[in-house]
Amino acid sequence: MNKFTEDDLKKELETKEYEYGFYTDIEADKFPIGLNEEVVIAISKKKNEPEWMTEWRLDAFRIWKEMEEPDWANVNYEKPNFQDISYYSAPVQKPKLDSLDQVDPELLKTFEKLGISIDEQKRLSNVAVDIVVDSVSVATTFKKTLNEKGIIFMPISEAIQEHPELVKKYLGTIVPKTDNFYAALNSAVFSDGSFCYIPKGVTCPMELSTYFRINEGGTGQFERTLVIADEDSYVSYLEGCTAPARDENQLHAAVVELIALDDAEIKYSTVQNWFPGDAEGKGGVYNFVTKRGLCEKNSKISWTQVETGSAVTWKYPSCVLKGDNSVGEFYSIAVTNNFQQADTGTKMIHLGKNTKSTIISKGVSAGHSQNSYRGLVHIGPRAKNARNFSQCDSLLMGNLCGAHTFPYIEAKNKTAQIEHEATTSKIGEDQLFYCNQRGIDTEKAIALIVNGFSKEVLNKLPMEFAVEAQKLLEISLEGSVG
Amino acid sequence: MLEVKNLHASINDKEILKGINLNIKPGEVHAIMGPNGSGKSTLSAVVAGKEEYEVTDGSVILNGEDLDDLAPEERAHKGIFLSFQYPVEIPGVTVTNFIKTAINESRKAKGLEELPAKDMLKLIREKADLLEIDRKFLSRSLNEGFSGGEKKRNEIFQMAMLEPKLAILDETDSGLDIDALKIVANGVNKLKSKDNAVIVITHYQRLLDYIVPDFVHVLHNGKIVKSGGKELAFELEEKGYDWLK
Ligand SMILES: Nc1ncnc2c1ncn2[C@@H]1O[C@H](COP(=O)(O)OP(=O)(O)OP(=O)(O)O)[C@@H](O)[C@H]1O
Ligand SMILES: [Mg+2]
Repeated sequence: MNKFTEDDLKKELETKEYEYGFYTDIEADKFPIGLNEEVVIAISKKKNEPEWMTEWRLDAFRIWKEMEEPDWANVNYEKPNFQDISYYSAPVQKPKLDSLDQVDPELLKTFEKLGISIDEQKRLSNVAVDIVVDSVSVATTFKKTLNEKGIIFMPISEAIQEHPELVKKYLGTIVPKTDNFYAALNSAVFSDGSFCYIPKGVTCPMELSTYFRINEGGTGQFERTLVIADEDSYVSYLEGCTAPARDENQLHAAVVELIALDDAEIKYSTVQNWFPGDAEGKGGVYNFVTKRGLCEKNSKISWTQVETGSAVTWKYPSCVLKGDNSVGEFYSIAVTNNFQQADTGTKMIHLGKNTKSTIISKGVSAGHSQNSYRGLVHIGPRAKNARNFSQCDSLLMGNLCGAHTFPYIEAKNKTAQIEHEATTSKIGEDQLFYCNQRGIDTEKAIALIVNGFSKEVLNKLPMEFAVEAQKLLEISLEGSVG
Repeated sequence: MLEVKNLHASINDKEILKGINLNIKPGEVHAIMGPNGSGKSTLSAVVAGKEEYEVTDGSVILNGEDLDDLAPEERAHKGIFLSFQYPVEIPGVTVTNFIKTAINESRKAKGLEELPAKDMLKLIREKADLLEIDRKFLSRSLNEGFSGGEKKRNEIFQMAMLEPKLAILDETDSGLDIDALKIVANGVNKLKSKDNAVIVITHYQRLLDYIVPDFVHVLHNGKIVKSGGKELAFELEEKGYDWLK
């Protein structure tokens, strides 16, 4: 028969190569491997940082040294050897650019391969892009338009130089150095990332976007992102990521801090497509990320994530709903295939009165992968009339993968209303046959069904990226069927 | 157009079809009747290429080509359409998106470009009007929460969109109210031409008042036990199946 049998499909799935697996030859200025106080100081020096920043890093390093890598997540992997990683890798040509013409042509080619030609993005989608390749921001576009509104959008390394008062005031206030093992490590060695400040009353006129990419072998990437939306302001922010295919596991430990002051709104979207490892589970990125936002009065933070990459993901974008009437949202699609493992979810910490949170989590598992949702809804004693709605849906393909749900609820106020719904379903033979009968092959049928399943979350993405995200879902599930 | 020759098919080693012969020419309407469990849906699934069924003997030939090696989607591309007795739900995928995908996949298989959105929309409107389908209906998730009758009408809408050569309507009348039955039958009749053929599977003579068959076959225990003209349907309505067993 011409039609895929289940075995054929499995085989194809296993041989499916990572779309973005290529390596660009840009000269890299790479630190020797290993981590100690000297390396931390050297990173800080390299970036010309003021002394307070160096001290801040050293403090974080000392905290980290005393900590142990957590192992409570539902993931299994060989712990990275933290002395075997290079903690800094910057393209040698380290320009400060006003226009794209000045960017290294090799690098531009890389972006083209990634399908994120900045030129096109600039024109089509009105997006300001900050790109972090390995560890350093190379180009920030659209600066001028933003300048006029008083919006600051720049690499955090520059912000440390140019806006030390803002950085000092907010850095580490939402995710303290002591928060967890990876956050402490990040605080000590973070190389770059994006900084964004929206002034009072300003609605940011375009999507802000950062593109992360791990290029150099044997390096870790530790970005630090800080977004501050001042009172009554609005910003929508997107981060995307890819990494070339490599045999060894690459470490990625980012920290993202969001601050929404009174009446402000931040929409933060992520499309994560780090290398997931090969069909045997070899290689791939360890993605250990801490993302948290603080909501002051009447403010709103909305996290949307499409997670299709990484060998191991450990990630819980959270909201601290401190101000009365503040709103937190979490919309997530996590797709795992082959031997990928994802343990992801959110924490909604209700502290203020009338705070509201919504959690929509969609997990799609195929191959031998494991996909866990882990979420905490905490209602503090002062959080009168707090409300949460959670919905966790899992879609399974085949019999070898797993989907797990770990919802935790802590309600310390009796007026709280908490709703939790969960479903698990399988892509059925009957659904596939129905599609096939209409002329849609199995591969396309799966994409269609998965997109339908994920629709509520895809709809939350900015238009320009929804299409890209849909394609990504298709790519990462190609060939999988049960 | 369609030749079914001595077709034997089984599932889980249980033989369901036990030597079926059918010969359908362009422009013809064939009705298949028969008691529950006699194998009517199985026959349509086997013709459409459902993999779970194993064809143990005989063949299905469409316009001179043996379909044995073809996947269900390839058969669909060749013009076979099955209106399901129990249409499945696909949550989150709208009727419009689904039919758009189906049309474009079929076009792709034929080496054609995707149908431009404007033309697609026009076609959808035209066919929705033909079957008196509310526009709002088109943006709902496919079959999710549809009433029995709505599901059936939607099947015929898809048929109208895809314009198949051979349409198999598996109990499309069940679940339809009297008005809907007329609308759907009228739709089917409008799509009929001298170049395509229809197989109507039904339990009731009533549908055949609207879609008038050239031949009626009675399927019993995996075999066609009697064939005749449209008057056979009246006879069955009156006498049941007992006299044929
Ligand atoms: N997966 C299966 N496993 C075992 N038996 C099956 C399977 N699928 C169908 N059958 C059996 O095959 C026989 C024919 O079923 P089929 O659905 O073709 O009947 P039908 O003529 O369409 O009946 P109805 O008029 O009720 O729709 C039935 O006895 C049914 O139980
Ligand atoms: Mg039947």
